[in-house]
Amino acid sequence: MSKGAGTSDLLFHGSDWSFDTLSRTYDAIKEIALGDLGLDVYPNQLEIISSEQMLDAYSSNGMPLIYQHWSFGKHFVYENYLYRKGRRGLAYEIVINSNPCITYLMEENTMALQALVTAHASFGHNHFFKNNYLFKQWTDASAILNYMEFAKGYVARCEERYGFSEVESILDAAHTLMDQAVFRYRRPPRISSAKEQERVRERLEYEDRIFSDLWRTLPQSKQSEDSTEAELDALERKKSLNLPEENLLYFLEKTSLILEPWQREILRIVRIVAQYFYPQRQTKVMNEGCATFVHYTIMNMLFDKGRISEGHLLEMLHSHSNVVFQPGFDDPRYSGLNPYALGFAMMQDIERICTQPTSEDRDWFPEFAGNGDWRGTLLDAWANHRDESFLLQYLSPALIRKMRLFALVDDAKENHYRVASIHNERGYEKVRGTLARSYDLGMNQPNIQVVDVDLLGNRQLRLQHTVRDGIILGENTRDATLRHVRRLWGYDVSLVGVEASTGNVLYETSTDKVG
Amino acid sequence: MPSFIDRRLNPKDKSLSNRQRFLRRARVELKRAVHEQIKSGKIVDVDAGHSVPFPVDGTSEPSFQPDRSSGRREHVLPGNREFISGDRLPKPGQGGGTGAGKGAASEGEMEDDFRFVLSREEVLDLFFEDLELPDMVKSSLKEAVAFKPRRAGFTIAGSPTNINVGRTMRNSFGRRIALQRPKQAHVDALAEEIAKLEAREPKPGTAAFNHLAELREELAILERRRKVVAYIDPVDIRFNRFEPQPLPNANAVMFCLMDVSGSMGEREKDLAKRFFVLLHLFLKRRYDRIDIVFIRHTHQAHEVDEETFFRSTQSGGTVVSTALEEMQRIIFDRYPSRDWNIYAAQASDGDNLAGDSEHCVNLLNKELMKLCQYYAYVEILDERESAIFRSTDNGTSLWRSYRQVGENWRNFQMTRIAKPGDIYPVFRQLFAKQSTSAKNG
Repeated sequence: MSKGAGTSDLLFHGSDWSFDTLSRTYDAIKEIALGDLGLDVYPNQLEIISSEQMLDAYSSNGMPLIYQHWSFGKHFVYENYLYRKGRRGLAYEIVINSNPCITYLMEENTMALQALVTAHASFGHNHFFKNNYLFKQWTDASAILNYMEFAKGYVARCEERYGFSEVESILDAAHTLMDQAVFRYRRPPRISSAKEQERVRERLEYEDRIFSDLWRTLPQSKQSEDSTEAELDALERKKSLNLPEENLLYFLEKTSLILEPWQREILRIVRIVAQYFYPQRQTKVMNEGCATFVHYTIMNMLFDKGRISEGHLLEMLHSHSNVVFQPGFDDPRYSGLNPYALGFAMMQDIERICTQPTSEDRDWFPEFAGNGDWRGTLLDAWANHRDESFLLQYLSPALIRKMRLFALVDDAKENHYRVASIHNERGYEKVRGTLARSYDLGMNQPNIQVVDVDLLGNRQLRLQHTVRDGIILGENTRDATLRHVRRLWGYDVSLVGVEASTGNVLYETSTDKVG
Repeated sequence: MPSFIDRRLNPKDKSLSNRQRFLRRARVELKRAVHEQIKSGKIVDVDAGHSVPFPVDGTSEPSFQPDRSSGRREHVLPGNREFISGDRLPKPGQGGGTGAGKGAASEGEMEDDFRFVLSREEVLDLFFEDLELPDMVKSSLKEAVAFKPRRAGFTIAGSPTNINVGRTMRNSFGRRIALQRPKQAHVDALAEEIAKLEAREPKPGTAAFNHLAELREELAILERRRKVVAYIDPVDIRFNRFEPQPLPNANAVMFCLMDVSGSMGEREKDLAKRFFVLLHLFLKRRYDRIDIVFIRHTHQAHEVDEETFFRSTQSGGTVVSTALEEMQRIIFDRYPSRDWNIYAAQASDGDNLAGDSEHCVNLLNKELMKLCQYYAYVEILDERESAIFRSTDNGTSLWRSYRQVGENWRNFQMTRIAKPGDIYPVFRQLFAKQSTSAKNG
């Protein structure tokens, strides 16, 4: 297409949008996204909402519907306050990982923004949701909306039947454990009871086959028998309960001694919501980087084809540069690394490495430097990584220099922060590793597991916190949370903090002590 | 082609029930905040949205969180300009911190110092939670009514300005069809035919002549019939009927009378104020528009603004009748009783100049009670006195005198308050009493 095709080729004029221009623009974007970039998306559903509805959506984690609980009201009040005070603007869009993929567009957006948002959410995020391995493994996009509808109805029915306060107390307790309510690793598929029986039969056959009366005559060591008896018991018990278990809500749902069936179902609902959001939390940088890169590329291509005017492109670039703004650490506006900025910079960097690599890039990224196929390289990265592995594999020295990243050690025992490494030859690997680790949720969230439970004795549930780098739990919230666990378990709960490297016990607490 | 859905017209308050759940959860704390504000704020401000501090008790959402002050962490930050590895930076809070730790520190402050706005209904709900004010109001306060004509069907008599043309024409049309009134077109056609025949001047005896005579006769009959069956007959006419309908009088004025002489301390004023607040709210729920007039008095009375009424003090003796006279003057000047519902609340510690109480009783009996919808007298007692006075009927001179008024007028109520806790029960009692006495009377 020629650049000077004339104004007749423009997708829209002025800043007002209409469904006609939205639809025309969508088609133009789709052509590039699918044809040129090779994205693969769920069918799109675009919904126009007002700012109040956007605030509503905020308070329910961006879900179009969710069960009712006061904590959502609390978040709504808080978001509303920030918005009214002008301390925080509203997002231009919200996108939901569902099939069809729902994108909310704000009615206040100008046409240029709507185009930007369509490219960003309906194609960038949408592609990521559909193709990233975490989402594929852990979320079922086509079922989530139906499930949320079921959950909402179920909680409402429970409220009707068992009373507000009953349901509220279960939800309160379940919410406190949301961070500990996800499976971090894929489980082997559950064996059905028929298969299980089959296995038992095979084992018996096997035992029959290798039976030898001689084994009975072997002398047994007397002293080890007593000590192993208890250990064996414990092992057997742990095995039957599938311990240790990292998903506390799952364990409580299946094993709690006091919960009614409807209470277990509510735990399950909370657990499934937590699991649904877990991939999003692990791919913040990639997801936003992917969407930002997609909208940036598509908008520039549209401009090159003469489909949008210079003025509109400038408006989009203005919004774009606001989104990817990254102030330095000493800037008053600094509030952590901006996932949009980091993600977008990395995607651009990968494109650069593919097309115009330096010799350094060739050393660092021999697999794809200079291969020219930045589309394929990016698609591959988006599909097969989460933030941690993505940073570890793709963060280039050039970008570390550009962003002037440095690693800082904060040790509670010392009075000073220490600069561990900076953007120099010796520091690249270290900075990259540190940054990648800081995006590893498994490393950053307290690792708390159910290790044992004495079902025959006092029924105490024993949790173990594996302490890394000496980072223990805040005591107030820890004890309050334990009380909630006790509420769900029905009997006392103890928590022991064990240093990961040495095995030393750092602290020990129990609900019969904290009350 | 994507599917576009316009959700803008969908209901907006999706979070409303979650908000209510949240308010219920935090009720105790919110209630305290609202009461605190109403105590210190202006009367008219009570009846509006309130911004209250974010409640913390009972709305925390604990989870296992790492302790920020423990262990060893590594952060990666952008924007390094001067550091090389091995540099040491002082931690903030330990003597001249640089900005290095800012990002980490600011996250925990989310819920500090932030207020949110409760709507008027939510405030009133919290405030009146254990008062059941609205129900009480309905049963106890008679409504002041004015009349307004309202359309109420049709009538056969009335003034010409009220003629309902549509209805009248419909009746006329029906009657004309039923009585077969000749149509104008019919008459015109006949007249034309006659004119045509006449133009030919037929000879008598011919068929044409006879036909003409027949036509003339027919025309004459038609003309007669048209005269008898009128186009509009008096029986057709209908008038719009108007019926005077009682309308609640939408305007009310509330007089707050208070003794501000030296004997009324801060405590007494605070109690009086709470009572005024309640009465104001209660009236506000009833009337579209409500004015408040503040009259304070010592040995002379003045109309003042709210600020002066509650804050500033004035020294002097105590002559209660001056306030009543001032109130009467203002009513005559500005609030004619046919247009306004007049409510009055008087707060005093019961002191009065000797002999003036009689004058007050006269004023009330002869003048004011006729004008007033309701008059409440609240006597504020010392807490020590309350035990003595509560049980017996004797009391201050004003109290004893007012008892006579209370016997004469149903809408005169009096009560005693000694401590803040008394106000709600007393308020309830004031209005409950009226409904029982209304039944008796």
